[in-house]
Amino acid sequence: MLRFVLRRLALIVPTFLGVTLLAFALIHLIPGDPVENVSGERGMDPARRARLMHEFGLDRPLAVQYASYVGQVLRGDLGSSLTTHESVAHEFATLFPATVELATFALLFALAVGLPAGVIAAVKRNTPADYAVMGVSLTGYSMPIFWWALLLILFFSVHLGWTPVSGRIAVQYDVPALTGFMLLDTLLAGDAAAFRSALSHLVLPTIALGTIPLAVIARMTRSAMLEVLREDFVRAARAKGLPRWRVIVVHALRNALIPVVTVVGLQVGLLLSGAILTETIFSWPGVGNWLIHGVQSRDYPVVQGGILLIAAIVIVVNLVVDMLYGVINPRIRHG
Amino acid sequence: MVPASRLAEFWRAFAQSRGALTGLALVVALVALALGADVVAPHSPIEQFRDFTLAPPFWDNGGSLRFALGTDAVGRDILSRLIHGTRLSLLIGTISVSISLTLGCILGLFAGYFRGLVDTAIMRLMDVMLALPSLLLAIAVVAILGPGLINAMYAIAIVLLPHYVRLMRAAVIAEAGREYVTSSRIAGAGALRLMFSTILPNCAAPLIVQATLGFSNAILDAAALGFLGLGAQPPTPEWGAMLASALEFIQRAPWVVTSPGLAILVTVLAFNLTGDGLRDALDPKLRRSAA
Repeated sequence: MLRFVLRRLALIVPTFLGVTLLAFALIHLIPGDPVENVSGERGMDPARRARLMHEFGLDRPLAVQYASYVGQVLRGDLGSSLTTHESVAHEFATLFPATVELATFALLFALAVGLPAGVIAAVKRNTPADYAVMGVSLTGYSMPIFWWALLLILFFSVHLGWTPVSGRIAVQYDVPALTGFMLLDTLLAGDAAAFRSALSHLVLPTIALGTIPLAVIARMTRSAMLEVLREDFVRAARAKGLPRWRVIVVHALRNALIPVVTVVGLQVGLLLSGAILTETIFSWPGVGNWLIHGVQSRDYPVVQGGILLIAAIVIVVNLVVDMLYGVINPRIRHG
Repeated sequence: MVPASRLAEFWRAFAQSRGALTGLALVVALVALALGADVVAPHSPIEQFRDFTLAPPFWDNGGSLRFALGTDAVGRDILSRLIHGTRLSLLIGTISVSISLTLGCILGLFAGYFRGLVDTAIMRLMDVMLALPSLLLAIAVVAILGPGLINAMYAIAIVLLPHYVRLMRAAVIAEAGREYVTSSRIAGAGALRLMFSTILPNCAAPLIVQATLGFSNAILDAAALGFLGLGAQPPTPEWGAMLASALEFIQRAPWVVTSPGLAILVTVLAFNLTGDGLRDALDPKLRRSAA
């Protein structure tokens, strides 16, 4: 097991270096250089320009610049935003809990609906229930989620007036940000009305973001269940006279979960991609929204740092999923 | 060449699935619509009928068949814009998938055929690209190249690339040890000939499936980029950009928002259905990788 873990750890080092290279290239491939971007339209005289280039270290060879960039990254220094002049790492850390909160709820929603739907579709194979689940799942899988989010807003917020249109909590509540997770913070503050407000703000973004993972999980669960239901041990459990639900839930589902766990792990990247769109539409103050603003306002340290951090998180999560998978399924570990 | 009997066999397998047939019919219809956009569309996609801004669709009060799906905020006919948008979306799909498929085949062939250092270098690079969520990678590329329709296509081609490389590499590794490859090598075929004319045609099935599914990803991502203002720029009738510019009218005129999204959904669904059908028909073994 230790060898397996070490091998996987060794493999992520080049990947991570590659990501830093990409982030580094991002700044150097954009038209114009940082000094030009600072000076604006009017330009500046060559002497001042040379001094600034030297100050920023831009007159050194690229390899040296890259090495010093990696050094900075390892020290946790990602530069500061051109618009707010705050440290990029600090801004990311402040906004990240909002994204995590949204992504967690979206994943829970996807699991809570997707797993049972997949099981029902497999058990009731080739019935209207199966066709309905598969039809909805295929539609969900093909859904442009920014449009789906708009439809949800149109129906639930505008037409029915049940949920708020955007944001994380109504403006009148001022809750101290202890954890950064709004639901926890409102609970810790003991403010029930604020908690309800935060919860109602979370509903639509959760559904919008959770729809594609839901579709993927339902499809995967169905095909894994169909596979397992054909196995001899399931027939044996049936023959033993166990109740049908017990065979399905305890014997079949447990074995079908292994591929599903992998799929869930792979959703993290998808969730973060989706979070960019979802957060933009619902004005959700998370890292996706922040990153898009960074791109639109050409705030390159934000774009560079944001991409680097999100990639790092995806790499680490994939590693953890890989290891968990190795724990669940020994065949992988020795493969 | 594929013998006619195998083609017939493939068609029988494909036609078994009603979903696949529906998908294919939709794809054919969309292609026809895209090709004939100039003839089919009732109006020009950019002509502004200033007296008819935000006209409702024909089934609503005050709607007329002249603007069957209504008009947008500057009086452009939505139906005509959607029809011309089909052309754009299919073009985006075709171009980005072609770039990606070509590059992916070449890289995958080299990685799988030569193995060793070439393989490691190519696959590490692909791992880096896969570490970034797809939309984020596309945004990073657009941040470098600048927003616009053409750059969005490049960005999507880059995002799709690792999938083709991996697929191609795995297929090449599986095929390279086969007897027909060995016999061709003994007959004196060079590396390039072995790679491109001996091995490549035998790896076509999974690539065709992936390319079809790649179309739907390309169309979705292009629409997302357009929606974020990083893809096609107004007044281009691209569906995602149409949605973005309609946002402020969502309460007053919901139809400006509903129809472009529906167009995206139907197109993506059509390609997904076709891709699933192709996968099932071409290679039953691949069915398990359905996710």
